[in-house]
Formats: sequence, structure tokens, C-alpha cells
Amino acid sequence: MVFTPVLSRHWDDADSFTIDGYTRRGGYTALPKALAMEPDALISLVKDSGLRGRGGAGFPTGMKWGFIPQGAGGPPGSDSAKPHYLVVNADESEPGTCKDTPFMMANPHALVEGVIISSYAIRAGFAVIYVRGEIVHVIRRLQQAVIDAYAAGHLGKDIGGTGFDLDIVVHAGSGAYICGEETALLDSLEGYRGQPRLRPPFPATHGLYASPTVVNNVESIASVPSIVLGGAEWFSSMGTEKSKGYTLYSLSGHVKNPGQFEAPLGITLRQLLDLSGGMREGHRLKFWTPGGSSTPLLTDEHLDVPLDYEGVAAAGSMLGTKALQCFDETTCAVRAILRWTEFYAHESCGKCTPCREGTYWMVQILQRLEAGTGTEEDIATLLDTCDNIFGRSFCALGDGATSPIVSGVQYFRDEFIAHITGKGCPFDPVASTAFANVASAGASA
Amino acid sequence: MAVTDDARPQGDGRLTEKTRVEMREIIARYPKPRSALLPMLHLAQSEEGYVSPEGITMCAEELGLTKAEVGAVATFYTMYRRKPAGEYHVGVCTNTLCAVLGGDAILDGLKDHLGIGHNETTEDGRLSLEHIECNAACDYAPVMMVNWEFYDNQTPSSARDLVDACRAGTPPAPTRGPSSLCTFKQASRVIAGFADGRANEGVQAGPPTLVGLELAKARGDEAPAYPQSQQSKDA
Repeated sequence: MVFTPVLSRHWDDADSFTIDGYTRRGGYTALPKALAMEPDALISLVKDSGLRGRGGAGFPTGMKWGFIPQGAGGPPGSDSAKPHYLVVNADESEPGTCKDTPFMMANPHALVEGVIISSYAIRAGFAVIYVRGEIVHVIRRLQQAVIDAYAAGHLGKDIGGTGFDLDIVVHAGSGAYICGEETALLDSLEGYRGQPRLRPPFPATHGLYASPTVVNNVESIASVPSIVLGGAEWFSSMGTEKSKGYTLYSLSGHVKNPGQFEAPLGITLRQLLDLSGGMREGHRLKFWTPGGSSTPLLTDEHLDVPLDYEGVAAAGSMLGTKALQCFDETTCAVRAILRWTEFYAHESCGKCTPCREGTYWMVQILQRLEAGTGTEEDIATLLDTCDNIFGRSFCALGDGATSPIVSGVQYFRDEFIAHITGKGCPFDPVASTAFANVASAGASA
Repeated sequence: MAVTDDARPQGDGRLTEKTRVEMREIIARYPKPRSALLPMLHLAQSEEGYVSPEGITMCAEELGLTKAEVGAVATFYTMYRRKPAGEYHVGVCTNTLCAVLGGDAILDGLKDHLGIGHNETTEDGRLSLEHIECNAACDYAPVMMVNWEFYDNQTPSSARDLVDACRAGTPPAPTRGPSSLCTFKQASRVIAGFADGRANEGVQAGPPTLVGLELAKARGDEAPAYPQSQQSKDA
């Protein structure tokens, strides 16, 4: 089996997003089963499954849950124990990443059921879905799912007669990429500018309102109901040795059939391209990101890299969000890298100097390189600046900003040089557009 | 300070006691009041089309914060507008993938066509334009948003038609969204957390979302079934 649709299994049903549709297809059956278990048994189940965070970092989800102090100062819910919180990171904004958005639009109840089970496991009575503010219809679907889950008795007081209480708030962000960083998200959720916090202490002990908090990605939390129903062995029967389970791969760019593909971890880009129709007609793959723009670029040499956490790391990049942005030979690498760098400069929160100043100056250098007025020394300055950002920034945004540049110069130095010697960009931007493709395909047909 | 800059338009008095009551409803959702600030700013924006000095004052009063504290938050986030947005706020994704696939050409075309630039509003107040960052729809590139609803797979000419229709007051329905487009103010109200009852409108998924599932079905690929032992053991 190449593909294993679990999360996406019912997306083609027109009522997949309604509570009736979800329930009719077996939704909310994991919930009573989970509520009959001890919370610690659920944490063990998720640990044993091998589920790793699907938001990019790949940290083991069960282990993250296990870091929450369980009733250290008193029994859960008592005044002597701080409340626990679950926060779902639904602020999907890593460039190229487009999996959680269609997921929440097509099946918000799988997320809500996952939130209820996960909150019970970590003994949280209040959960927040922090969703991007820039996609209103996803917000609507989440709001309605929560309203319907309350009406069905899945949320509120004494859920299913078990004595477990939970409230969920759908909280929309306001347009800041940095809020995808979990501590910046928490600051934003507390009503402040979204800037990352110094760690330690970690959110597991000092998260929302300085209380124990788990922050998990949408796809991670939405995987929990299936793990409860199928068991740890079932989940870990898919995937590779250290990267277990199924996941959503998002194929985009100059491919014939962009879209979402759910497969066990470890599939290769070659398999995905071969089965989905490949690159657009008459063109070949030039470079791609395995997991968003913060993961170093790969090229057509890396088509057979297993797309799991270890495989992509061994190839010098990161699995990230599995956002496979594919660019063909019509694309100017310098232009692509400039645009990503402009993004990081725009989204840098300004808290730390290496990232704030570094991204600003890298944009200046890349702009002149792309315009054909740069020098070879500029390339060296770029790499030196990256050296001074990477590992020296407050959070991963700075590190991510260096990824396209360092990998881009590594693979496409000749192209940077060509801009300098040719005093301009050798590429025709029209050739790389989606509509140019349609026009030329129509003409040749 | 920027937020009290005299050059900025003043609030048009749309904030009322009802707004204040609704701000208190937002505050009541959270364990701690200040968590309500971002949605409260969206609510103020839903009344006035931007975050006015009056909106900042009202948020500050309700949360016991200074106007400077609220202003510092409001200016951090790009979704809060400091001048009135158009009735139709148009965003063109020009992050790398959309830019390369045509977003740059679309944005340039719209600037020429409308005679406005990034973060500007047409004189009739109908349209405002913004270049936006990746909006999580790369499999539908190039992507545009109007009032934060998806308009997928755009071209320069389809984009021109779209803004012309908005200007004429007859915008087409979003590609993946409600069956008709709401205004910027109405959208801001949903973002503030006030459901508009339109969640059931529109498709559950567009074609690219379903490409992988359809391929799996055509191949007969499925995930392994849940084990029977697992089900009976815990039943």
C-alpha cells in the first residue's frame, strides 16, 4: 500500500465537515473509549504509537505530554495544582505548508475529538485552537464544530457522565508568522505582541498563564482518535523505524497534479511524482523543499530520499511540515531565495538582533544580486551573515531564514554568478507561471 | 506615537455600548481577560473597518490597560488596519511559490488596473489591495484572498474580472467558502469569534485537496483496518 488515507479518508464526502457526517462515519467513537481509560494509559498509548509532532519539529507527542507535571502540588483540579492547558497550533503559515487548512475545512470534528481526548490525557480543562485569522471559512468550520460538539454533549460539564469538564475556544490570530513558534503563540494568546520566550522554562511547566501547557500541531492532535481506535501497534505498523504512522504530504508548484497525499512516513518524492503525474509537461524538477521554506532546498539528486525525519536529515535538510514545493528549470533560484528572504525579514519579530538585522541586510544583498548589480563578494557576505544568524537567534525563525540561502548557494552558485556576469536575471519570469504553461500546452496541442 | 497620529482618520463613531457589551462577552471566554485583546481588536475593526484610536481606547478601558499597551499590540499584527480597508479587501499571495506561478504578474496587473499600491484603498472606498504571505493554499496557486476568503488558481485576467465584479458590488462566491462573499467588516466579526451561521455553506474540499485520496481509491490503497483484538479488548 503506497497510500494510507486515515485523516483524509472521508474528505470526498460532501458532508464530511458536519457533526452528522462525522458521527455517521464512526466519528466520536474513540471518545468514550478514551474516557474509559486512565489518563496516564492514554499518554502511554500515544508514546507507544511513536507519533511525532507534525508541525515541523517531529518531537515525540507522547513524550511532550509526559512532561506535564501531574498534580504535583495536589490532586488535579484542586487549588493547590495549577490548571493544565492544551493549545492547538493551527496557525499554519510556513511557506508551502497547506495541510492543516484543508484538513480543518473538510473535517474539523476529527480535530475537536482529538482535542477532547488529548485534554483528558493531560488533565486539561481548557483548550484553545489558535487558528490563522486569514482564512475565515476555516474559522467558521471550527466554530460550528465546537458549537455542535457542545450540543452533542461532547464538550462542557461532565462529558459522557465521566465527570470530565472541558471548554474549547477557537481563537483567531492576526497575521504573524512568528506566532507559529509555540512560545510566541502563547504570548499572543495572552494578549501580547507575539514574540518568543526564553526557554527554559518550557511550556510543559510554564506555558499559558505560566501553567503547564501542551502545544501541538493540528495533524498531531487529529491523529489521536485513530490511535485510540486502532492501537499503538496498528499506528506503528505504518512508517519507518523511527518515523511511525501516516501523514499528509502537500505537493505544490510546477507539478501536474498538486494536492494532498496521505501516506506512511518514508515515501519518496520520486514515488509521489511518478504516481501523481510528475512535473508539468516538458519540464524537469530543479529544486524543492521537503518541508516548507525553512528546510534547506534539495534537488533532483534527492528524489529517492525517504521522506521521514531521519532520511531527510541525512540528506542535509529537515522533514519539516512535508510541504513539497517543486520548482522546474524555468525558475530562477536567486529570485526564489530573495522572495523567501523578504518573507523572513517581514516576519522577524524584532526581538533579537541577529534575526532582525540579518534578515534586513540579506534582503538588500539579494535584491542587488537578483538585479544584476551584485558582486561575488556579496555571495560571501551572504553566507557570513547566515553564519552569524544560525544558532545565534532567539528562535528558529532566524535559523529558518538561512536555510534557502545556504542551500541555494550550495546548489546554484553558478546561477548567482550568472546574474553578476550577465548583469541581470537570465530567466524569463513568464515561463515559470502557471498560465504560461496552459498557453503553451494549448498551443502545442 | 503612531496610534494617536493626527494624520490618521478618526473613528466614525460606530463603536457603541453594544460593542462594549460584546467585548465583555469575548473577555468572558478566557481564564484571563487580556487573552481577549486580539479578538476585541478584530471586533472593533468589524465596526469601523479598521482599528481606530477609539477602538484602541475602548479595548484599553475594558481590559484596564493603557492605550499605549493596546497600541503596541495592535501595530504588531498585520491584520489590524490603521486606515479603513475597502469594503472588499484584496490580497494577492506573492510568497515564492505563488509569486513564481504568477502572483507577481497578478499583483502588478491589479496595481495598474486599480491605480493603487500595497496597503492602499481606492477613492470610492470599495477596494483595498495588499500583497500577502503564504496563505496555506499552495496546491491552488496562484492564490488570492478577498475579505480573507479563497479565490484559487488565479490569472492576471481572472484577477481583473474579480476586482471589477467587487467594485460593481457583484463579487462571485469564493472558491472554497460561503455561497456569497461577505464584506470586510462582516468577515472581521467572524474572526472576532462571532459565528455567522454560514459554516455549512460551500464545498468541503476543492479538487487538489482530494487528488491523493482519489488516487488511493483508484489504486485500491487503504490503511490497514483497525485490529479486531484491539476493538474487542477495549470494547
